[in-house]
Amino acid sequence: MAKANFQVPELKEYAEIPEIEPGIMAHSKPFKSKPEFQEALGFPGELVEDWQKKAIDKMGDLLGRYRSLRVYLDSCVKCGACTDKCHYYLGTHDPKNMPVGRQDLLRKVYRRHFTLAGRFFPNLVGATDLTEEVLGDWYNYFHQCSQCRRCSVFCPYGIDTAEISMAAREIMDHIGVGQKYCNEIIGKVYKIGNNLGLPGPALIDTLEGLEEDVFDETGVEVKYPIDQEGAEILLVTPSADFFAEPHVDGLIGYGKVFHEAGVSWTMSTYASEAANFGMFIGSYDNMRRVALRIREAAIKLGVKRIVFGECGHAWRVAYSFLNTLAGPWDFLDQRYPIPQHICEFTHDLIQQGKLKFDKSRNDDKVLTYHDSCNVARASRMGDKPGGQFDIPRAIIREVCNHYYDMDEETIRDRTFCCGGGGGLLTDDLMEVRVKGAQPRIEALNHVIQEKGVTHMAAICAICKSQFTKVLPYYGMDMDQIVSVHQLVSNALILTGQESDEPDDEPADKREDKLASEPASQSTSAAA
Amino acid sequence: MSFISDIYAYLFYFATLVLLGGLTLKILQYARTPAPLKIPTTPAPTTSVGVALRMTREVVLFESLFRGNKWTWIFSWMFHFGLLLVTLRHLRYFIDPVPVPIQMIQPFGIYGGMAMIVGLAGLWARRFFVDRVRYISSRSDHLILALLVAIGLTGLIMRFVVHTDIIRVKEFFAGLYRFEVVILPADPVLLLHLLLVALLMIIFPYSKLLHAPGLFFSPSRNQVDNPRERRHIAPWAKRLEQE
Ligand code: SF4
Ligand code: SF4
Repeated sequence: MAKANFQVPELKEYAEIPEIEPGIMAHSKPFKSKPEFQEALGFPGELVEDWQKKAIDKMGDLLGRYRSLRVYLDSCVKCGACTDKCHYYLGTHDPKNMPVGRQDLLRKVYRRHFTLAGRFFPNLVGATDLTEEVLGDWYNYFHQCSQCRRCSVFCPYGIDTAEISMAAREIMDHIGVGQKYCNEIIGKVYKIGNNLGLPGPALIDTLEGLEEDVFDETGVEVKYPIDQEGAEILLVTPSADFFAEPHVDGLIGYGKVFHEAGVSWTMSTYASEAANFGMFIGSYDNMRRVALRIREAAIKLGVKRIVFGECGHAWRVAYSFLNTLAGPWDFLDQRYPIPQHICEFTHDLIQQGKLKFDKSRNDDKVLTYHDSCNVARASRMGDKPGGQFDIPRAIIREVCNHYYDMDEETIRDRTFCCGGGGGLLTDDLMEVRVKGAQPRIEALNHVIQEKGVTHMAAICAICKSQFTKVLPYYGMDMDQIVSVHQLVSNALILTGQESDEPDDEPADKREDKLASEPASQSTSAAA
Repeated sequence: MSFISDIYAYLFYFATLVLLGGLTLKILQYARTPAPLKIPTTPAPTTSVGVALRMTREVVLFESLFRGNKWTWIFSWMFHFGLLLVTLRHLRYFIDPVPVPIQMIQPFGIYGGMAMIVGLAGLWARRFFVDRVRYISSRSDHLILALLVAIGLTGLIMRFVVHTDIIRVKEFFAGLYRFEVVILPADPVLLLHLLLVALLMIIFPYSKLLHAPGLFFSPSRNQVDNPRERRHIAPWAKRLEQE
């Protein structure tokens, strides 16, 4: 079990709603962003003078730009339906981690400055000025929200705390109070092209290594191309896929699927990142700048289709926003969804009977599936509502013999966050991450006990990195979390593959290589 | 008693003005504020018809609240449905001749009034007994409940304990349409009931009662899930593209 300098929550047999413990997480906050990171994104380097006024002005500006913010700040009736829905509340017991408690941190300042009631009767409606203390609460508690939108499912008005925490972070960035983790990463994307700051030669090197591994394993020459002009498909995938376990196994899987499909494909050193942290900080400008890189790469390489790898919020930005932010995509082949998810791609091939699997190669595992928040509650796959739940499950069932879902209350659109989303996947927030993971781990533990589940598959790089790190705190193994395309890769029989027997563990070799990478890169900066 | 009648007449003109004016302004404000990105909570309908159905389920059945908390759902549904019946019943005081459906609804309106009180009581009890809900309740949350309970109780008292001269009340409101002040019966319970109703109308556009129009403008509920098929670009975002 991993060491913790805080109390790791106990796993119970039945989910419990804890009593509130006000202020218990008031100490938790991420490192502040340094001026150099702030400025690269167009924000002031440090807390500006007359920050109160600037913050209120920015709030007014956002209220005029985002209907969601305006309506959500007005509409809450304090019914309490969301209070027990946030995994951070369930894991930490801090009432400011109840979605409505979190919203109120912003709402009470909104009331004071933008409503009649709050201007004239602040005490009656719980309105306050923006004091240093309030700003402190904003910084701490809006960085204890993974923007997973679970609360929005249950609110009678669909009030989405993610929208509110994005706005709060945007306001704070505008007065010079940014979060280091997110802002530094966005800076790396601008400078180098991806979150991990991996330069082109390193990527090329890795991909050559993968080609050798796959050849050794299968005897088939599967290519992992990058910057190949004229390829049909541009694959955009989280940079964690290039290095960290289990992500890289997913990347191997995508390559095999493309190979079997017989399509030409490529990645891009310029847009070597699917993740878009601009969303986490609520910055339309930065989100757009990051998204435009993909457009530029697609044009430069002359591709016809864009496919996204396994990453939750990247898929949200891709599915929901890419067309808006960086469209129109009229230069791509309109017969395919733009952009397409790798699971949609694989699922299509399965339906056409183009992939041959030997399910028994995954017989060492009993699987369950973790619906990642941004995929589940903020995107879709296929052409029917709910395709984002069905397609990955259909793939998993196709490639393995043993599969069980976790409790109905904790999957699909009610899924629990891994605890590390929304820009929280940083070591300075370990306590929040471990505690926030509790509801998910509890549900996982249930199927482990009752169904003998051994592994949980996911299609989000943040989830994978978070679980790798957090599972050990609960006495589980870090490699119990796997990629969906890792399972695909295990079971797929390539055309021309010599034997059905997988060779001895080619994964060993990869691990050696991984071990030489700085550990912090693979875990904390993965996205 | 014409003095009191005068005051009430002006009060109701004022309250109506605030209610309609305030709500109109708010609705215009919501409608004019762009929603720059598609953010429906998925799985979301992919057609406008689907969205209309989703919204109808939210408005009529409180679908999301049902998933969120059964107790709150029972009480708030009782309250709102009761309120609807009561409002329909009251229409006969404002319309002449009274349409048949409104005549038929009269007895149910009474049950509606009772359901309203029970629902409100349940919602209020949660504010005391559930520690999470106690934590988020502000004074105004209690006061609004108190106001609604008082409106309901005074209404039921007039029905069951001290009857009021309803014909004259109706004449008073009919007079208001013609800008004439007809004398209002000087029953204290009636006056209190009307005062509280006017108060409710006045605070409506400035309080959490805005959840009523808010629901219809909530992007997570009212958006069609079709961002891959269609660009969805707000005017201010469009300007970024021209730069
Ligand atoms: S968006 Fe998720 S993390 Fe944030 S308050 Fe809602 S449930 Fe909690
Ligand atoms: S469920 Fe919605 S309305 Fe109810 S308290 Fe939470 S945010 Fe407010």
